[in-house]
Amino acid sequence: MGRKASLTVPGRYSQIQRLCNFVAEGAQQAGFDEDEIFRVQLACDEACTNIIEHTYQGEDQGMITVNWRIETERFVIKIEDSGERFDPTDIPPPPPVPPPVDPVDDDFDIQVGGLGVFFMRQLMDAVTFSYEEGEGNVLTMIKQRPAGPSQ
Amino acid sequence: MLDVNTETLRRVDLITVSGRVDSNTAHELEERLQESMDKGRCNLVLDMSRVEYLSSAGLRILVSTLRHCKRKGGDVRIALPSERVSEVMALAGLDTLFETYEDITLAVGSF
Repeated sequence: MGRKASLTVPGRYSQIQRLCNFVAEGAQQAGFDEDEIFRVQLACDEACTNIIEHTYQGEDQGMITVNWRIETERFVIKIEDSGERFDPTDIPPPPPVPPPVDPVDDDFDIQVGGLGVFFMRQLMDAVTFSYEEGEGNVLTMIKQRPAGPSQ
Repeated sequence: MLDVNTETLRRVDLITVSGRVDSNTAHELEERLQESMDKGRCNLVLDMSRVEYLSSAGLRILVSTLRHCKRKGGDVRIALPSERVSEVMALAGLDTLFETYEDITLAVGSF
């Protein structure tokens, strides 16, 4: 059974589901249940969507590489792109939406705007970013494995 | 894959959404919702019982549609949200934004 794997695809929205499925395979091997696998996939989706939208500023501007590895206690995902430096963790989390909220209010659009990064932070235990000149952006997301994981 | 089916009722457009709503398919959902709004149909019920996956890209479309419809005096109401839809809306803190019904007839009749 593989304990780590890597997949590189063109930075295109139609490829994101493939990346999500790839990460789901690793999450399943790491012992996560169906609900947690969905959350890992969603975090990966949001990260890759951000790369296309913000780092590459459009489709087919570069490649995206997703690596996962299973450690004793953690499942680690690294997502790499070759675009300009873009640190999604710089984006402040959206303020909580207190009810009652008026969706017609213009301020509301701003609150919805930062949801992708907010999701990544909520769904994973740790989200960190690094940038190497000539290497590109590396986003690392970590989730603790469940107790009694399958080996 | 995403499938969107619109049924025009007397007061409401009933829109059944099935499959995956993500950054790759959100524009398809947006186009179909826009078709209703372009016809002045701003009372929308979305049957989301068969949505297997929803990301923030899909959520943004739902919120922008709600904003548009509310400005026109209408509303977007959700019928039978799947477990994934409910989870993602709650995660975003937007679960109270949409009126939600556990029955399509009740949702349609609420207008």
